[in-house]
Amino acid sequence: MMEPILRVKDIHKAFDGSGVLKGVSLDIHEGEVVVIIGPSGCGKSTLLRCINGLERVDQGEIWLRDQLISGLKDMHLVRQKIGMVFQSYDLFPHMKVMDNLLLGPMKALRKPREAVEAEAMEMLRRVGLAEKAQALPRTLSGGQKQRVALVRAMLMHPELLLLDEITAALDPEMVSEVLNVVIDLAEQGMTMAIVTHEMRFAEAVADRVLFMEQGVIAEEGAPASFFREPKTERARQFLQSFTYASTRKKAQETQAADVGLA
Amino acid sequence: MQDLGISILFKGVNFQRLLLGLWVTLRIALITIGISTALGLLFGLLMMSRSRAARGFCRVWLEIVRFMPQLVLLYLVYFGFARLFGWNLEGETSAILVFSFWGTAEMGDLFRGALTSIPRHQRESAAALGLTKAQINRYILLPQTARRLLPQAINLSTRIIKTTALVKMINVTEVLKVGQQIIGQFYREPSVAFWVYATVFLMYFLICWPISLLAGRLETRWSAG
Ligand SMILES: Nc1ncnc2c1ncn2[C@@H]1O[C@H](COP(=O)(O)OP(=O)(O)OP(=O)(O)O)[C@@H](O)[C@H]1O
Ligand SMILES: [Mg+2]
Repeated sequence: MMEPILRVKDIHKAFDGSGVLKGVSLDIHEGEVVVIIGPSGCGKSTLLRCINGLERVDQGEIWLRDQLISGLKDMHLVRQKIGMVFQSYDLFPHMKVMDNLLLGPMKALRKPREAVEAEAMEMLRRVGLAEKAQALPRTLSGGQKQRVALVRAMLMHPELLLLDEITAALDPEMVSEVLNVVIDLAEQGMTMAIVTHEMRFAEAVADRVLFMEQGVIAEEGAPASFFREPKTERARQFLQSFTYASTRKKAQETQAADVGLA
Repeated sequence: MQDLGISILFKGVNFQRLLLGLWVTLRIALITIGISTALGLLFGLLMMSRSRAARGFCRVWLEIVRFMPQLVLLYLVYFGFARLFGWNLEGETSAILVFSFWGTAEMGDLFRGALTSIPRHQRESAAALGLTKAQINRYILLPQTARRLLPQAINLSTRIIKTTALVKMINVTEVLKVGQQIIGQFYREPSVAFWVYATVFLMYFLICWPISLLAGRLETRWSAG
């Protein structure tokens, strides 16, 4: 088997003395899409943030191919190879869409403007936002902003892309336009670690699912088997909470429709 | 009768004297704004420093500036310090000292507010693009801080310009003082007071109005993040 792109070895992380990651290990191989799910506060975001050095691990090691990256000084060089998109709309509000896209490749990678610009236009077109190149972020909808954020990360040609609940702050009708872009990326072979609460998306996109609980990976498996019959009781309960929520939501929706008819 | 009052304004060098007075006002204001901006940036950084002592020092400074009437500070420095330490401070120097003491703290607080109002995610998503700390400061944090700071800093500047009217109380011959001298000289013409003060009013207005228009314009252009 090929060497993994990313190798997380038994990392620990505590905030103010309380452990958030308590020994997490994880390998991600080239072209693999790993989806991380788990209850709120179990450490999913912290795990991703440790991987690209926004948080320092207390213990353990993180390797990107043959480079030890945990505790590294020149983290910005590593981050050029690990893209990350967050939950909040994090475009730079004082720059047009195109300038948001050009910043990383031109300043961090020192590529010439013309080359990047052509590529940026092409990618914008692919996500259906070509006509927004000269728009300011505040004129975009949430879903459009997140698509631009994805393009911005992809223009760095990262070896690994980390997505932390990128649809959690979106209105429901915009979720799929963003997730479709992610599924596209997966089909193109992008290596990704994705934290999400969208279970159907998780099932569709994942090569492997990790279920985290209280700072450890409690269960791990292929999406088909994990979602159908999780091995641990906690994972079962967690998945159940979603079906409950969605049946309830459906009930409310039909109720609302009835009221609308009356 | 009333035309007599207005004609006095343009009699001899009266109008030039008013303009000279206005220049004194502006000179004090401009120097104060310059010092306040430069020191205010340092003050703002100090307010965010890790040292509790530094933060406490800034807080006390800011509180003093906020509850102390400017006039009291002016008197304290111009009359009080002069007697106590035998300093021979000119009125204009005292005024610049006092106003800068005030402006530095206010500007610093605005700077701190602007810098801390930038969401943490701005820094982090710039970092995630592989930019260095210096690049993040230059391309992301500084421009956004400037956009938030500039309209408020301009408003503070108009407040400083207005407040310079107080310096006539410590014998600085600025525009208001000149006006009063002219009124005194032509006391036999009752309408002269109206015309002089109306002129001074207009002068302040013509200076502060465009500035505050500019601030408003920048604010709407840059506000919605
Ligand atoms: N910078 C921080 N300082 C202190 N505590 C933190 C910090 N970041 C996270 N935590 C805490 O660590 C725990 C795990 O947080 P984390 O954000 O990783 O959870 P999560 O699994 O991403 O949850 P969610 O699904 O709500 O996003 C939480 O209890 C959180 O309060
Ligand atoms: Mg999270």
